[in-house]
Amino acid sequence: MNDLPNTFRNQPDDRGHFGQFGGRYVAETLMPLVLELEKEYRRAKADPAFQAEFDDLLEHYVGRPSPLYFAPRLTEELAKSAQPGNGAQVWFKRDELNHTGAHKINNCVGQILLAIRMGKTRIIAETGAGQHGVATATVCARFGLPCVIYMGETDVARQQPNVFRMKLLGAEVVPVVSGAKTLKDAMNEALRDWVANVHDTFYIIGTAAGPHPYPELVRDFQSVIGREAREQMLARTGRLPDLLVAAIGGGSNAIGLFHPFLDDAEVKMLGVEAAGHGLDKQHAASLAGGRPGILHGNKTYLLQDEDGQIAEAHSISAGLDYPGIGPEHSWLKENGRVEYTSVTDTEALGAFQLLCLTEGIIPALEPSHAIAAVAKVAPTMPKDAIILANLCGRGDKDIFTVAEHLGTQI
Amino acid sequence: MTRLAAAFGKGPALVCFITAGDGNTSANLDALVEGGADVIELGMPFTDPMADGPAIQKANLRSLGAGTKTADIFRLAADFRARHPQVPLVLMGYANPMTIRGADWFAAQCAKAGVDGVICVDIPPEEDPELGPALRGAGVSLIRLATPTTDAARLPAVLEGSSGFLYYVSVAGITGMQQAAQASIEENVSRIKQSTQLPVAVGFGVRTPEQAADIARVADGVVVGSALVDLVGEHGTNAPGPLRELTAALAEAVHSAR
Repeated sequence: MNDLPNTFRNQPDDRGHFGQFGGRYVAETLMPLVLELEKEYRRAKADPAFQAEFDDLLEHYVGRPSPLYFAPRLTEELAKSAQPGNGAQVWFKRDELNHTGAHKINNCVGQILLAIRMGKTRIIAETGAGQHGVATATVCARFGLPCVIYMGETDVARQQPNVFRMKLLGAEVVPVVSGAKTLKDAMNEALRDWVANVHDTFYIIGTAAGPHPYPELVRDFQSVIGREAREQMLARTGRLPDLLVAAIGGGSNAIGLFHPFLDDAEVKMLGVEAAGHGLDKQHAASLAGGRPGILHGNKTYLLQDEDGQIAEAHSISAGLDYPGIGPEHSWLKENGRVEYTSVTDTEALGAFQLLCLTEGIIPALEPSHAIAAVAKVAPTMPKDAIILANLCGRGDKDIFTVAEHLGTQI
Repeated sequence: MTRLAAAFGKGPALVCFITAGDGNTSANLDALVEGGADVIELGMPFTDPMADGPAIQKANLRSLGAGTKTADIFRLAADFRARHPQVPLVLMGYANPMTIRGADWFAAQCAKAGVDGVICVDIPPEEDPELGPALRGAGVSLIRLATPTTDAARLPAVLEGSSGFLYYVSVAGITGMQQAAQASIEENVSRIKQSTQLPVAVGFGVRTPEQAADIARVADGVVVGSALVDLVGEHGTNAPGPLRELTAALAEAVHSAR
């Protein structure tokens, strides 16, 4: 008898697949470790002491719960272009107020606790913008573990403040010179390190992608965003939001916000990819411009040519500059539960400035993509509708990039 | 008897790897055969070769930079088969280029081009449905990798559905770096051979005739890749001469090891 309700929250299956996506496409050397990680994660998930330590660190070290904030002046500004009766309320989940300035730390706290449980004594990670690198270096300093961060040489050059932060936190930053020298190449190099050091090394992957169980466990650690937001929204307004909006590179902040709401049929969801210079030019919108393929341990939508060679992505936001996406998003696109759109560099820059001026919040370029999508959709929704966007990072790291694009010398 | 079985049936076999589309590939392949290679591994270039060290990474980039397409690789393979009807040819590469047009398409192209086997780095037994059934259906061997982390409990899953030979990756790491200790190679090869009738070839980090001879004393085959690929990188279109010379020295060492 099958009495299970229909649900979007029962993925992945026991082989780590989200429908046709996900899986464990790794070299044989890594396979036993990936299986061991899955076993240990199951044990940790069932262990109240693990959950208690995770919750305690999130509260006292990260600073959770992050606030839920109604943005009055942004709401008002966007309503100006709306038809009478339209102009939805805009709310933000303030994950940019976390320690280290982004949602990335939620996942790093969870993974380092797993690493310690597994007796691993060395941590590696990849980073693009440097936010995940900083978050990883942070938890490594907190727990006294050596930390090696792989970062493309191009990203090292354009994210100097974060490189220095990682070094201050005691991490070794290794510039990666292969390929286009960005996030994809940093991930290749981290995998090469891992395969050579499987016995003592834990790889803290920064987004909800990679071989199973990473997409699942990163999602679970980031779901604190959506669980808090759901409770906070019910407490403040007595109802659920009408629309959730989040930016997507690999998709960890988005899946963290969306997942706890997936079975609330009345809540619509919008994932925002980076359209870079435009979808007909160089961009990073894997769902809009890619097709399913296999890379970095999972099957998912990828930017690639007809031979399956991976394309270089482009986004003004280094954190979205990746030619793939977490496999659960590929699944949620195909089953239609989440709608996906994209926003260009120029639109994101506009939204960045809009939030600065209307709310006194300098957002990172990643959530600026979400804000740009909110700016398009809010005027089309009724005044009493609620949009909740994930403000997943703060913009301090991006001021140099933004200044350059605005033609300003700092 | 298959070409692979025949090649391994003569005593320890020398397996030589080069990357397709890097330099003058047809001339390079001929040089390997002339030098005495028993099995050819032809690497399919990929933008993200995450199991490879610097030598093969660079070869991938050179090949893709020269505009190599999947169709070119099958053309090289078919031409090779026409010139060398008896020498087994194996394609080695990554999952995405192999599966992007569908596994059935890939398997059919392999069969048509006279490819004897396929080694896919990032499809472990757990994801076998992605490629394995199509290859077996087309009569192409799926050659799996076993590594130092493949323990006794896991080995049967690796052997299940594989054929041609088993590729033992002697070090936990990437291609072309350090070589494993001889004792560890002996121990692992004998452990694996207790579980299978398949020939066991050993690779990763094998660069010199001396290393190759040591391995040939305990295994059915020795795989050399990065050292050959480095020659192509160094000599470009003039690589056939140096390739023939190194292959001859390796072949002599392997064939006279026992």
